[in-house]
Amino acid sequence: MLKVTIDNHTIEVEEGTTILQAARMIGGAVVPPAMCYYSKLKDSGGKCRTCLVKVAQGSARDPRPMPKLVASCRTPVADGMVVQNMTSPEVIDTRKAIVEFLLINHPLDCPVCDQAGECDLQNLSYANGREESRFEEAKRSFKVVDIGDKIQLHMNRCILCYRCVYAANQLTDNRSHGILYRGDVSEISTYIQTDITNDFSGNMIDVCPVGALTDKTFRFKNRVWFLNPMNASRSCSKCSGKVTAWLRGEEIYRVTGRKDQFGEVEEFICNECRFDKKEKSDWTIESPRNIKRASVISQNHYLQAKKPSVILPLENRTVSLEEFEKENTNEKQS
Amino acid sequence: MERKILLNNIAVPGIRTFEVFRSTGGYLSVEKALKEMTPDEVVEEVKMSGLRGRGGAGFPAGMKWSFIDKKSGNPRYLICNADESEPGTFKDRYLMEKIPHLLIEGMICSCYALGANTGYIYVRGEYKYIIGILNEALRETYAAGFLGTNILGTGYNLDIIVHSGAGAYICGEETALIESLEGKRGNPRIKPPFPAVVGLYGCPTVVNNVETLANIGYIVNNGGNEYAQYGVGKSTGTKLISACGNINHPGVYEIEFGLTVREFLFDEKYCGGIKDGRKLKAVIAGGSSVPILPGELILKTAAGEERLMTYESLAEGGFVSGTMLGSGGFIVFDEDACIVRNTWNLARFYHHESCGQCSPCREGTGWMESVLHRIENGQGRSKDIDLLVSIASKIEGNTICPLGDAAAWPIASAIRHFRHEFEEHIQNPEQCSLHRMEEFENLKI
Repeated sequence: MLKVTIDNHTIEVEEGTTILQAARMIGGAVVPPAMCYYSKLKDSGGKCRTCLVKVAQGSARDPRPMPKLVASCRTPVADGMVVQNMTSPEVIDTRKAIVEFLLINHPLDCPVCDQAGECDLQNLSYANGREESRFEEAKRSFKVVDIGDKIQLHMNRCILCYRCVYAANQLTDNRSHGILYRGDVSEISTYIQTDITNDFSGNMIDVCPVGALTDKTFRFKNRVWFLNPMNASRSCSKCSGKVTAWLRGEEIYRVTGRKDQFGEVEEFICNECRFDKKEKSDWTIESPRNIKRASVISQNHYLQAKKPSVILPLENRTVSLEEFEKENTNEKQS
Repeated sequence: MERKILLNNIAVPGIRTFEVFRSTGGYLSVEKALKEMTPDEVVEEVKMSGLRGRGGAGFPAGMKWSFIDKKSGNPRYLICNADESEPGTFKDRYLMEKIPHLLIEGMICSCYALGANTGYIYVRGEYKYIIGILNEALRETYAAGFLGTNILGTGYNLDIIVHSGAGAYICGEETALIESLEGKRGNPRIKPPFPAVVGLYGCPTVVNNVETLANIGYIVNNGGNEYAQYGVGKSTGTKLISACGNINHPGVYEIEFGLTVREFLFDEKYCGGIKDGRKLKAVIAGGSSVPILPGELILKTAAGEERLMTYESLAEGGFVSGTMLGSGGFIVFDEDACIVRNTWNLARFYHHESCGQCSPCREGTGWMESVLHRIENGQGRSKDIDLLVSIASKIEGNTICPLGDAAAWPIASAIRHFRHEFEEHIQNPEQCSLHRMEEFENLKI
């Protein structure tokens, strides 16, 4: 067993554990955010750089710090390693920069995006983002395309985490999509817009951290925070049949995999369960599902967060500093 | 009289052919290594020589070889990185074009030292004609019995295969090169594991630059100690420098480490001074990725000492007042060169070549390019300079592979040393001597 200390929490883990996995065992605020790493997908991680942490001490044997910040999702722990995540200003500063990079070409169309409310990028930018953008150029844009009859691809929103590529590669027997081109014009695509027909293709929607891949059977039907997530099950010949059914009243609006506190599904589900079984009679509703991490849905997380510090006055008038401060303090008191 | 190791026989007519190369003492090292030395002895000699990787990072070659995993029992591979794509660098092309057998000789000795039975030469896609030259040279070598099965009756088998890249700069990064060689998309791998443990087809692999491998023949023939007599300090041996830009004699020169930058720049034997008698403005000393230095800092360090052509001397002063030897692409700018335009041009290159795998590089390179394009086109704002510095500092060190650093360093250093020029471009865009708006408007990106 290896002893590793992350943000002053010490834990013993098995050899081969990554820093991120160790941090998840500790839980709470020491867990670095991960946009591309997905524990159930082999080779994922290392790309988005949001989980960069500082290794202040490499190991007990070689206590030198690592020269650069490392991707915690892909760096195995060593015995006596000391890691700083939230306790390192450098890490926090870098994370802010990474979020800025991820957002410069993101359309920020949350008001019309189905993922809003359960979007990892939304949560990440709320925690680490800047209040205003320094990016003034035109954002890159792509056309919305259908990949298969049930999945829509909004490439504009994609952060190129490669999760869906790995999912398609590892879950299905016939990989038909990947990354075309390179650099900031690279895109997720099926070659010559072939449809994805595989039975497990719907899991790409669940692994997508943003709203790039959306469920066409749920599109614009409802907002996720109006829905009640319930553990549901049915006997399915293709998958475990254990899902989360999202209800409003008596109606099932959508079906997803059961996501844990880190936003990862416990088990991948088949397309039949996901897209075709939308009647309450199809399912045995077991219990309410407590969504822990995804903020808006059940946590009232945003109410506790700080309000943006500068609110510009609506009418075009000059405000002296005293006046401005006075108004702001009044606002806080009220 | 300057001493040379690689290019001694470059002027011999027909040196490209096996016959002539052999008559000048070629392939003696192969006979010596295979018949008289054990693989470990070859590695020891290379370690003793102090030979450092010539591809840019300058990592000791013998050390790199000693990391190779011999316990796993998997086949081992040697890959020659001939994907020379760094703007300003063209030394490997010269070497492969003129004396291809020098590389093959070095590769045979190296493969023997590493216990590899297959070697690959990954040639840049644009070097199409070199593939023909290499294949012809390999055919001759096979025919002479220096490659294939049971080489020289020693029982050692070796095949060398030439593989063409498809023109991506990123495939010069060793793990992207391996991916590309495996037939995949050329994305750099996330390290660790390093190629010495998990490389080509999951097997232990060493990736070396063309020039590094070309030196091995001499080291085997004459011993590591003899090689270490060349150069100064930890920069042993000689280095091919490809000089270009506004100089009188652009070309590839073999220099012994320790030559002063001043002599290299102004001596008639080398660059021969700045073209048309103009003044020296700036130099990029080691291929486009390394920090640019103004004329006074490239000739003398901040401490006032003469700067030498060595890994250490060029790096003196860190990134505040120093640079790197890099791959040896020596780009010279005269007083009329526009640093802003040059920096934009480099930014455009890195934007185009970013693989798009990790977010800082994918988004940051494009962002820096568009800001620089704005400044160059006369629409810059004074806050843009600090914005560029801020973006560059956040890319640097936070990416999967060194392309992010390579994109950030030229921009950060150009602003560090030539900030006034950027400010002038923002305040009076028409004042720049080079700035011809019509031309830029017609320039397609």
